Amino acid sequence: MRRAGMDQGGTGLAASGENMVGTGKGGARRRWVATLAAALLAFPGIAFADWAWNFQPPASPIADQIERLHELIFWICVVIFIGVFGTMFYILIKHRKSVGHQAAQFHENTTIEVIWTVIPFLILVSMAWPATKVVLAMHDTSAPDMTIKVTGYQWKWNYDYIDEGFNFYSTLSTTLDQIQNRQKKDPHYLLEVDHPLVVPVGEKVRVLVTAGDVIHSWWVPAFGLKQDAIPGFVRDTWFRADKIGTFRGQCAELCGKEHGFMPVVVEVKSKDDYATWLAAEKQKLAAVADDPNKVWTQDELVAHGKKVFDGNCAACHQPTGTGNAAIGAPALVGDKVVLGPAQHQIDVVLNGQTNGVLQHPPAGGKMPSWAQLSDADIASAITYTRNSWGNKAEQNVIQPKDVKAERK
Amino acid sequence: MSSITQPIGGHADVAGGHEHHPSGIMRWITTTNHKDIGTMYLWFSFTMFIVGGVFALTIRSELFEPGMQIVTPERFNQLITLHGLVMIFGALMPGAVGFANWMIPLQIGAPDMAFARMNNLSFWLLPPAAIMLLLGLFVPGGAPETGWTLYPPLSIQQGMGMDLTIFAIHIMGASSIMGSINIITTILNLRAPGMTLMKMPLFCWSWLITAYLLIAVMPVLAGAVTMLLTDRHFGTSFFNAAGGGDPVLFQHVFWFFGHPEVYIIILPAFGLISEVIPTFSRKPLFGYASMVYALCAIAILSFLVWAHHMFTVGLPAAGILFYMYATMMIAVPTGVKVFNWLATMWRGSITLEAPMLFALGFLFLFTTGGFTGLIVAIQPIDVQFQDTYYVVAHFHYVMVAGTLFAFFAATYYWLPKWTGHMYNETVAKWHFWGSFIFFNVAFFPMHFLGLAGMPRRIPDYAQQFTNWNQVSTVGAFGFGLSQLIFLYAVVSCIRGGKPAPAKPWDGATSLEWTLPSPAPYHSFPTPPVVQ
Repeated sequence: MRRAGMDQGGTGLAASGENMVGTGKGGARRRWVATLAAALLAFPGIAFADWAWNFQPPASPIADQIERLHELIFWICVVIFIGVFGTMFYILIKHRKSVGHQAAQFHENTTIEVIWTVIPFLILVSMAWPATKVVLAMHDTSAPDMTIKVTGYQWKWNYDYIDEGFNFYSTLSTTLDQIQNRQKKDPHYLLEVDHPLVVPVGEKVRVLVTAGDVIHSWWVPAFGLKQDAIPGFVRDTWFRADKIGTFRGQCAELCGKEHGFMPVVVEVKSKDDYATWLAAEKQKLAAVADDPNKVWTQDELVAHGKKVFDGNCAACHQPTGTGNAAIGAPALVGDKVVLGPAQHQIDVVLNGQTNGVLQHPPAGGKMPSWAQLSDADIASAITYTRNSWGNKAEQNVIQPKDVKAERK
Repeated sequence: MSSITQPIGGHADVAGGHEHHPSGIMRWITTTNHKDIGTMYLWFSFTMFIVGGVFALTIRSELFEPGMQIVTPERFNQLITLHGLVMIFGALMPGAVGFANWMIPLQIGAPDMAFARMNNLSFWLLPPAAIMLLLGLFVPGGAPETGWTLYPPLSIQQGMGMDLTIFAIHIMGASSIMGSINIITTILNLRAPGMTLMKMPLFCWSWLITAYLLIAVMPVLAGAVTMLLTDRHFGTSFFNAAGGGDPVLFQHVFWFFGHPEVYIIILPAFGLISEVIPTFSRKPLFGYASMVYALCAIAILSFLVWAHHMFTVGLPAAGILFYMYATMMIAVPTGVKVFNWLATMWRGSITLEAPMLFALGFLFLFTTGGFTGLIVAIQPIDVQFQDTYYVVAHFHYVMVAGTLFAFFAATYYWLPKWTGHMYNETVAKWHFWGSFIFFNVAFFPMHFLGLAGMPRRIPDYAQQFTNWNQVSTVGAFGFGLSQLIFLYAVVSCIRGGKPAPAKPWDGATSLEWTLPSPAPYHSFPTPPVVQ
């Protein structure tokens, strides 16, 4: 299948933007198929969409091995398929009553029954052998060049460069207007994030995968890597990207309302570019590092709080604070908790709650725990809710140290 | 038990003078007649098939274009869950029990099921369970957003819809276990004199094995959902790492039920197909004994492969290799069955009435689903396919084109016996070709979507997936509408049509064809003697 050149046009999910428009032989053939289907089915919008139908071009040795294995087994199946159904159609044509065929009455033949038990078994052994080699290769997480811890949350990823001592969240950057069809969709609609994971090309990256609330699954098709993220347990896996570019995947385990909206984006850079990025990232982090004793102004808190709120809370409570009754997310406009004592609101945000009862991670409540956010982020978001959409709370400035005091 | 087996002959009074029975609604509520109960099971199954189908078409409508249009993401997830639960526990399993109720006593020459009153209860547990399940849509928080697999901790987060679902599963499980005990007892004790086990029609064999599977695994599911319930409300931590539990434990327990469940759904279909193909080939089933052994082998293997549903949870390499090899082994007995069906047709004298068309459609599409099953059994490949549309395509090929097509084949095959009328062959052929073509239009493109990387259970998708989704949605609506043809075919056959002879199919050999059509309300008051 791969040799047919059909996947060379790229699928959009795959390597960087240049590949979005089908080019070359594969693309031309795909356009021909598109035209034919358009004529047959007369769908609107066909000229703009794509007919992605095969694996993304592999960008790691494992993905490449998986694709070769799939090809091998696919073609073995095709040959058996043709044999079995060739026979079936031969029978249907030749042994019909309407062509005057008389039924024989045999109903047993031990020899042939043994043959068609043993031969499939041997075919299976020939499939299992190469498959076993790939399984073992996928499990070899020894001697990595670097380690990254990936944590799934409802509904974002955290990437922790544990050798470097910093981490960041990676959240969908497609706007709500695009999702609700009020705005034209980007080329990478639903597959774009604010902070992609950045890794150097050619290095063996060990990935530790876990989750903070429910089960997620971290999947990068071009690397042949999919690992469920289990809350309370850490699993390890690895990849070695052998191409520079941007690679896109999605959460692959149903994790609630926004499951379809937590993409995985990995940028593979050359070693030099990666070093430059790493240095810049560390500098940036040092500049904004929380000084726990810093006293923020109300304007600073509200401005930063809006970003935190829109990135984390708006999925349920809505950007306008009006809530979503269908999933039990209350309106924050005029809400008792938001207008009441700050300490209680901090508790709810840190611990999560169900029907007014505080919960504790990792089981989580209907309102999940947000303890993974920094003190400054939580203080800002709470301050923002207390000063927005007409809310005027008595305690309207919450400092990071207030949050810190509530953490246990 | 011996008290039941001996006096079969003395039970003539079961039938004689008992033709009158309550009429109207009370006939159906109080009935202990296996035919009435079978009929109710089949109508219940069809009703749930329509309900689950409406959910499916809502899902497909939302997926017609990128962006959210028709439902909210949370409602979408609820529909995904209910579509799965309704189709599996509402449509496919009760459908198979319906055929069992109607046909097993007729095929083994028994006057009724062994436990006639329990049979009534088995059925009447189902409607309240279904109502509880669907009620989830209308309570605060809605139905579970977890998919039919109900994985914690997501299922711990759900509202009271989850509790309704748990209780509905308990009730349906109780119904299945009672039905299974009834079927096993009937088959082991009420066979006509001379009918040894190895002379039984293969449909009865398939159900005997299925019933044992059900008894083995329904309690396991009940245990799993009970642990969910106590984790949700009574402070246990079976699945909560913070309390010493493990979310993956649920998956092991669930799939220890879930994989045999797959065979619970497909084995009766194998049995039905093994009745239809010999009849319309006018030739005895090839390799009867090896068919029985293959059924047993599949049933046993089904207990050893559950973790292939969990190939991405992070199993150790040794575990992956064991489950991969064991799963691949299932291809051997399944292959034997396909080859035996082909050998049955070989040098037969074949005609293509609707039951045979559906049986051939089954053979063609189920085997296709078998091949994709072999592909996803290979763990490295499954890493790319797990939780994508490729898997959705695979299991719809085996569940819809497999089991459902077998149900259609069996319905047309036995409608003359049930109603006393011949169904309209032209209408039935329209139903077949509509179902066959639109099934492939709906589900074949899902292989491409999975290959290209579209996860399952997402309400919105990236734009490169648009076109195949649109094709699939068109196919789904075509498939759904084709089922209205089926409804018309069945209803018009009940209401009238050419009178059916006792044996409308000249190649049929089993005992039910010795009875007049329609089969009398009480059949085989004195057991027939086999050879």
